[in-house]
Amino acid sequence: MEPQISKHTVSVLVDNEPGVLARVIGLISGRGYNIDSLTVAEVDAEKHISRITIVAPSTEETVNKMISQLERIVPVKKAVNITYEKQGIEREMALVKVVSTGEKRVESMRLSDVFRARVIDTTHDSFVFELNGSPRKIDSFIDLMKPLGLSEVSRTGVVAIARGTEKM
Amino acid sequence: MVNNQLTGAQMVLKALEDQQVDTIFGYPGGAVLPIYDELAKTKENNHQIRHFLVRHEQGASHAAEGYARSSGKVGVMLVTSGPGVTNAVTGLTDAMMDSIPLVCISGQVPTHLIGTDAFQECDAVGITRPCTKHNWLVKNIDDLSRILHEAFYVASSGRPGPVLVDIPKDIQFQIGTYIGPETIKHKSYRPKLKANIDTIDEALKLISQAENPIFYTGGGVINSGNAAVQLLREFVRITGFPITSTLQGLGAYPGDDEQFIGMLGMHGTYEANMAMNKCDLMINIGARFDDRITGKIDDFSPNSKKIHIDIDPSSINKIVDVDVALVGDVAHVLEDAIKLWKSKVYKINKPSLKEWWKTIDKWKEKDSLKFENSKDTIKPQHAIQRLYELTKDKDAFITTEVGQHQMWAAQYYKFAKPNRWITSGALGTMGFGLPAAIGAQVAHPDKLVIDIAGEASILMCIQEMSTAIQHKLPVKIFIINNQYMGMVRQWQELLHDKRYSHSYTDALPDFVKLAEAYGAKGIRVEKSKDLDKAINEMIDFDGPVIFDCVVDENENVFPMIPAGKPHNEMLLGNETEKEEISEEGKVLV
Repeated sequence: MEPQISKHTVSVLVDNEPGVLARVIGLISGRGYNIDSLTVAEVDAEKHISRITIVAPSTEETVNKMISQLERIVPVKKAVNITYEKQGIEREMALVKVVSTGEKRVESMRLSDVFRARVIDTTHDSFVFELNGSPRKIDSFIDLMKPLGLSEVSRTGVVAIARGTEKM
Repeated sequence: MVNNQLTGAQMVLKALEDQQVDTIFGYPGGAVLPIYDELAKTKENNHQIRHFLVRHEQGASHAAEGYARSSGKVGVMLVTSGPGVTNAVTGLTDAMMDSIPLVCISGQVPTHLIGTDAFQECDAVGITRPCTKHNWLVKNIDDLSRILHEAFYVASSGRPGPVLVDIPKDIQFQIGTYIGPETIKHKSYRPKLKANIDTIDEALKLISQAENPIFYTGGGVINSGNAAVQLLREFVRITGFPITSTLQGLGAYPGDDEQFIGMLGMHGTYEANMAMNKCDLMINIGARFDDRITGKIDDFSPNSKKIHIDIDPSSINKIVDVDVALVGDVAHVLEDAIKLWKSKVYKINKPSLKEWWKTIDKWKEKDSLKFENSKDTIKPQHAIQRLYELTKDKDAFITTEVGQHQMWAAQYYKFAKPNRWITSGALGTMGFGLPAAIGAQVAHPDKLVIDIAGEASILMCIQEMSTAIQHKLPVKIFIINNQYMGMVRQWQELLHDKRYSHSYTDALPDFVKLAEAYGAKGIRVEKSKDLDKAINEMIDFDGPVIFDCVVDENENVFPMIPAGKPHNEMLLGNETEKEEISEEGKVLV
């Protein structure tokens, strides 16, 4: 049986020092792993710790190798697979521009309500929606907007955290 | 109060001194002139640092590796910006792949010129990021001393490796506060040294139950240090198990001991590879299931439980899944294991072990390292055997280049002690041996240091002959000269229907004259009967020698596991019927 490829969300805690993102990305590209999304921001200003979240389509085996390789990088403190299936919570934000008039415009507005998207900019012919949620929810919203005048999309990439009391 | 206001260049030397560094290998250039200027003043300041001028930065990197491998200390090199750094990349990569601790200090163009494509500017940290364990660009003079101390800590702790500190020229001139190593603590890097005691116990249970066990040891034992070597020897003797070693691990266990069944892998002995294939328990200590060891991975030791001791968690389950993983330093883990073994009064399964040894002795009877000697021409294997016999009581340090001669050296030279065998394993860097021998000789001025070389490899860093002469380093270069890039030719013979595409080294220099041109001694031997006398002449000569040992052109390295084959399908010699190598196998290297 072929090993199954699925999306894995990996959280990486790193010392926020020059070049650390380049090290992480360099390792991922150099070892031939693919990534769907990558986010990074400092999460502890006092200790200068950043959190990098990587979504990688791969097999369980490959993602484990990627995690051990990541943990070899000196400023990497910890790398953990916190995919949805492993009790992780994943969230993403998207800005979605829809350009349309008439019925389509009304329909896009109606659907945005269902998805609890906010309108953050509007003209007579366009909306920019702000939408938060799981990557799947954002995917479906974008799919629904396609026939309604979808113009462009900007997404933050996934951030993730484990459920419950567990700390990384 | 101690004056701790120093220039960047002074800090570099002060930090080296505080890290107990007395030896550096380097080559000056514009961007490191302030540091070289301080070196010139060291005599006045009572610094003890000796600088060895190489002839190419690649030479500096391999010399630093040879120094590190033969002494267990950190090797230090100093190079200029731009080409100085790019020339060092091969050595840094070599050290990265063989886990050798190096600190490379490089000059950089002044801060305000970085990014302008200035003269001799290159993105040193960018270029060396994948080939160092860690690297730093120093942008602020007050970070310099901390970074230098961290560099030594990172290079030498955990799984060792090379690091690079890139220092812009203006920082070398600026004055800042120097901080000593005692107050510096890396903020997050803390490799785990001790393994979980319950997991060790699990491993010991497997060891006590094993019927067909084998120790498979690697460079990690040597990197862990002398204590690890002693503990390994004790543990192997307590158990009575057979032990095999990777190329990098040779010398950790005495090569002439009865329990040692030879090197394993592509050119390992028949008994070692068969034992790996048929064992029911494999105890991997500081090795990493490299592709040269495993052969065809799907058929690698199919029926064994596997224990893996490694300080690098990323080595665990990377290539081969193991049953018991012990993440920690070899010396620490073995110390705990031996204590626990004794306190729990574990016993080995003696009757099965006796049977196992009988099987191994059967395999030994194949005598897989035998070769047909000749009275006339010199067989390369014979040359190494004679070199071994004539130097074995001299505690010699052996370096090699890369190719057939390297494998013959590994097969026929038996190492009694660790750190005596210095070879480029993972990267396979031709040109490694001569500068590495120089580094080893610097670390051990009174010892016999021999670079076992091929006539092709030696030419890749031959310029370092000048270094040997200048610094009065009496290294001996023992060239196994078969006029071919022998290993390339061997593969072309086996895989490409003997089309010897560009593997004949035409227009070789006269090595005797070459030696003399550098001011060294040259010896050429073509007849078997003259060999011993000439080797003794080489050993006795007080100074560098190039020994041109003209050997049979057609010898191949056997035994050999062809690419894509499992351990139990090795070729034992030319007369073995050759099976067609599959297309899949040809793709492998």
